[in-house]
Amino acid sequence: MTQKNNSSTPIRIPTCAELATEGKTPDVLFWVGCAGSFDDRAKKVTKSFARILHHADINFAILGTEESCTGDPAKRAGNEFLFQMMALQNIQLLNAYHIKKIVTACPHCFNTLKNEYPELGGQYEVIHHSQFLLELIETGKIKVNGNSFRGKKITYHDPCYLGRANDVYEAPRDLIEKLDLEITEMKRSREKGFCCGAGGAQMFKEAEPGNKEVNIERAEEAMALSPDIIAVGCPFCNTMLTDGIKINEKQDKITVLDLAEMIAQANNL
Amino acid sequence: MISSLIFILIFFSAFGFFLFRVIKIRRNILLGTDAQLEGTVSQRIFTMLCVAFGQSKMTARPVAFFLHLFVYTAFLFTQIELLEIIIDGVSGGHRTIWHWIENSAIAITYTILINAIELLSILAFFATIAFISRRNIIRLARFQKPEMKGWPSLDANLILSGELFLILSIMLMNSADVALQHMGQSQSTGKFLISNLIAPVWQNTDSATLHILERVGWWGHLIGILGFMVYLPFSKHFHILLAFPNTFFTNQKSKGKFTNLAAVTSEVKLMLDPTLPPPDANAPLPKFGAKDVQHLTWKNLMDAYTCTECGRCTSVCPANLTGKKLSPRKIMMDTRDRLEEVGKNIDKHGKDYLDNKSLLDRISEEELWACTSCNACVQACPVNINPLEIILELRRDLVMEQSKAPSSLNAMFSNIENNAAPWQFSPMDRANWTQEMN
Repeated sequence: MTQKNNSSTPIRIPTCAELATEGKTPDVLFWVGCAGSFDDRAKKVTKSFARILHHADINFAILGTEESCTGDPAKRAGNEFLFQMMALQNIQLLNAYHIKKIVTACPHCFNTLKNEYPELGGQYEVIHHSQFLLELIETGKIKVNGNSFRGKKITYHDPCYLGRANDVYEAPRDLIEKLDLEITEMKRSREKGFCCGAGGAQMFKEAEPGNKEVNIERAEEAMALSPDIIAVGCPFCNTMLTDGIKINEKQDKITVLDLAEMIAQANNL
Repeated sequence: MISSLIFILIFFSAFGFFLFRVIKIRRNILLGTDAQLEGTVSQRIFTMLCVAFGQSKMTARPVAFFLHLFVYTAFLFTQIELLEIIIDGVSGGHRTIWHWIENSAIAITYTILINAIELLSILAFFATIAFISRRNIIRLARFQKPEMKGWPSLDANLILSGELFLILSIMLMNSADVALQHMGQSQSTGKFLISNLIAPVWQNTDSATLHILERVGWWGHLIGILGFMVYLPFSKHFHILLAFPNTFFTNQKSKGKFTNLAAVTSEVKLMLDPTLPPPDANAPLPKFGAKDVQHLTWKNLMDAYTCTECGRCTSVCPANLTGKKLSPRKIMMDTRDRLEEVGKNIDKHGKDYLDNKSLLDRISEEELWACTSCNACVQACPVNINPLEIILELRRDLVMEQSKAPSSLNAMFSNIENNAAPWQFSPMDRANWTQEMN
């Protein structure tokens, strides 16, 4: 067990297919999502979260190359055909592996799996990684060291598909407080949270003509608090806010960090 | 006797007009498709009591909350006085309810009630002045958006002026009555605090004029109320009634959950499993999404008639706040205006008439594609209207019926189709990160 923190030992991430050949099913499926699989910034979050799962001895697996887009961006863009194509294929796969519980670091995957899959035959307990991490801490499966972020000023950006869409406001905040940090809230937070600009398939298109980009508006609101860290719980918010900070040339002063990265850092993982 | 007859005639014709129009609105709303609404009756009643009756979502803006609360409670309480006005009007009596109870133990409740109405009316008076100033002098940004030009602004000012007229008439009636009571010309009804303060204005007025002024106030208030009732269903102010059913029928689902189109499910299942029986070739082709108001659900259409154009949705919309054309309020106004147009066509030409126009003539693609589906508008609405559902249904029509998605979104669609991800990466590289776990 003591070897786990040793970075020279590569961690193996099991896939459902591998477990199935041994006749096993994971307790939890880690749904990585497209951003978490392919986007360089989001991959760091994926790896942090996987390290925590490994460190806490969770019986988990991923779908690996068998995972597909949940269909979320297609659905929000109005392409219900493509959405249901993806959904029904994913559900077939998930049911074949007898998946009961899914954790994901992407609020868009979270929302789609949790709310839109059940009617199509995919009924799972779906939780966001902030909820899962909080549970790990509260059940003592992982410990956090408050020293890692001592003296840092932090604000938290609510992802729309976690907050307003699913009323998860407290888990991410409780998690941050476990790190002995006090959140400096933006004026537009919780129910009044302001979108990063990526939702509803905006991530994949140019914005319509206007006088400002949505992510700049939000980044400026966060920057006005002069935080050291902007905590996020969504790969798209992460990209949008990181870009917004860079455009304002504040990337040396302000870091955008995912909750999983903060917990991993606090565990030297 | 004659005044009773006039009263009955005016009252019932106004009520008839109101009813006629309400029935028409009900018919228009029912032009919509079935709505899949989640939730139990007790959840619905609870939501209605909190949101509509209890004004819970108004509290997000405390100043507006109090101003609105004064007008709202004054309106609720005045209905009790209206009851007496109706009884007086029909019987030709004066303060009939008072006379029924004046010698009983509950006589004091009359005095308390009228005092409450007077106090709330005064508060409502100042609130209305504040509302008028916010629109016309302070010119609050959310009342100055392009969709508010012309009729919507006039509509708002007409209603606010009507409120002032109603309050002024009731105060004229009560203060003249109090002045007459002081002269011993009218029976005492207990002390009305506010009228008592106004009554000295009339100290040099003779009793004959006061009697006339009292009647002017009474008839003014009555005609004001009936006029209001007739005007209501033609105006955005209809929210005072529709807020209740509209919150009752709120879909009790997570805001992130969008409907799954059943017609699509059967087609996709057939594509994935060709052994399934083919669909009935004679069945009518299903319609995907909405091009016009009849393709929206009746709840979407009720939303449109419930909207009072307060603009809280637009004032929190990330697209609107960054200068894009999208305004959730305009989505609701366009839906209502188009539905009115469709309704008028039905009245004129029968129910199968097609005018070759649609909701998409009023709402541009530029507006629809600017939405981030963030639900801020849905959250902000004090009467639980959902503009996002309409936006999604219109997008579905653009994409599935007309293949009119922006090219970048078409690229995203084909990536998902071919690579199982919205970007152009090979699905075989999906787990590459597991090799970098040191």
